[in-house]
Amino acid sequence: MIGLDSLGTVWSEIFNFSDYGQLLPLLKNSIIACVVLGIVGGLIGVFVMMRDMAFAVHGVSELSFAGAAASLLFGASVVTGALLGSLTAALLIGILGARARDRNSVTAVLMPFGLGLGILCLGLYHGRAANKFGLLTGQIVAIDDPQIKSLIVISAVVAVGLVVIWRPLLFASTDADVAAARGVPVGLMSIAFMILLGLAVAVSVQIVGALLVLSLLVTPAAAALRVSSSPVWVPLLSTAFAVVASVGGILLAAGSSVPISPYITSISFAIYLTCRLLSVRRTSHRSTEPAHAT
Amino acid sequence: MSVVLRLERAALGFGGRALWEGLDLEVSSGELIAVLGANGSGKSSLLKVVLGQVRLWSGSATFLGSPVRRGDRRIGYVPQQRLAEDGVPLRGRDLVALGVDGHRWGVPIPSRARRQRVNQLLSSVGAEAYASTPLSSLSGGEQQRLRIAQALAADPRLLLCDEPLLSLDLPHQRLVSDLVDNARRRLDLGVLFVTHDINPILDKVDRVLYIANHRFRIGTPDEVMTTDVLSELFDAPVEVIRHNGRILVAGVPDHDPYHHPEAAVLR
Ligand SMILES: Nc1ncnc2c1ncn2[C@@H]1O[C@H](COP(=O)(O)OP(=O)(O)O)[C@@H](O)[C@H]1O
Ligand SMILES: [Mg+2]
Repeated sequence: MIGLDSLGTVWSEIFNFSDYGQLLPLLKNSIIACVVLGIVGGLIGVFVMMRDMAFAVHGVSELSFAGAAASLLFGASVVTGALLGSLTAALLIGILGARARDRNSVTAVLMPFGLGLGILCLGLYHGRAANKFGLLTGQIVAIDDPQIKSLIVISAVVAVGLVVIWRPLLFASTDADVAAARGVPVGLMSIAFMILLGLAVAVSVQIVGALLVLSLLVTPAAAALRVSSSPVWVPLLSTAFAVVASVGGILLAAGSSVPISPYITSISFAIYLTCRLLSVRRTSHRSTEPAHAT
Repeated sequence: MSVVLRLERAALGFGGRALWEGLDLEVSSGELIAVLGANGSGKSSLLKVVLGQVRLWSGSATFLGSPVRRGDRRIGYVPQQRLAEDGVPLRGRDLVALGVDGHRWGVPIPSRARRQRVNQLLSSVGAEAYASTPLSSLSGGEQQRLRIAQALAADPRLLLCDEPLLSLDLPHQRLVSDLVDNARRRLDLGVLFVTHDINPILDKVDRVLYIANHRFRIGTPDEVMTTDVLSELFDAPVEVIRHNGRILVAGVPDHDPYHHPEAAVLR
């Protein structure tokens, strides 16, 4: 029975809803942060998928982590550090990696450098251990009022920026040659996109942690693309998926002693799996239809 | 017939190596010119010059009376074919809609006028049947039709097609060339049609621009596609055979037969 007992302990550490009523008000900031992050992650994820930049997102988040860790060490603002790190990485990858092959190698070079730098800073840092761990794997109630304000402002910049450049960015991401011929400033679009991506990553790193950014910036969009091809539905679904994953994550994490990120990644993954299963049914349906004459 | 595009004593090359020099070319409205030549002879680069994306070494290129510039929407462009990959949130009609207003800022606002315009373009290439099909599950021929509709969206005066028949089967080659031909008659378009096989469009071509050996010949197919002219152009014994209304060119020397085996084959 020892096995069952310890299983019960583990279970109550993962899911524990006693005192839930008192906890929720304390979580207000975090819930707001998660909604905002879900919206931003879901929207930008669509373009991350279209531009085939999932790996670059991972690279940017490691440098964002390095920036945040350095600020922790030097007592500066974590938000500023995360921003500086991710913007530098995003611009480097955007400028040096205009072609996909270059981009992957630039990312692969930057990523371990960022991670190593971050770990060095954390190694030298002697403050609260929870802060350290949080930058890699996410944190929960730790979001205070000034931090939430900056998160919301940055997220708003990303959302508004994306809406403003939506159509030309979609065009440039679909077919850069034709878009350029039509007068879309293709080079400007990719730099603008990298800046917005850098901002989105900097926000995500502070909530889900550097190692798990992809679960909000890529998985929801990948799931949405499995079940729809409409340029209207894909971003809407992707945003809905990301919000469900992040807010669901925080509500489940509230009662437990485990960080938020495993909940977010699990929900996100479950959504993806469901969409994949749905899409298998969808395509097998389609292939049984007679091919239309052309 | 007015001149849409004019190149004068144009020369182009990369890294000190010339592709072609002394090119004089006029494209009139309603005129379809086939651009022929081996791989690497500078056909795509010629289109890039017209699009204002590549600068000439010397000479001039003018479109509707002013120097070519980037992003001129009166030029339609169908780039060398690339099949859309998975993970693109676009259906047939969305690709065409990008041609209508993809260059504008913001998110598209649905309107009746916009929908009608897209429908009209779709029907002009006979693509209504797959307007709502995801791009990635369309065949090469279907995608090519949509690309032509997209290129026609801004009422162009000049249409540039880069190997639009590549990797299409024969019926689709005929279909796509018919579409381009209809469009130029209907809209009085000048057309530069890059292809490495002239046969699918032979009955539609007004003139041929044949690039080889850093040189070129311009004229009607009857003037250019002859044993004498091509042998002189290639500096090698090339034989042109006309058979059943088709033109077969044999013996074209190829600088890189390993990479482009099809160029050495009798067509
Ligand atoms: N931007 C560029 N920079 C350097 N070389 C180029 C560039 N664009 C094309 N080239 C070279 O010019 C030559 C002609 O290319 P291209 O115009 O694509 O030929 P084609 O379309 O006739 O096959 C090729 O050798 C290609 O490598
Ligand atoms: Mg080419």
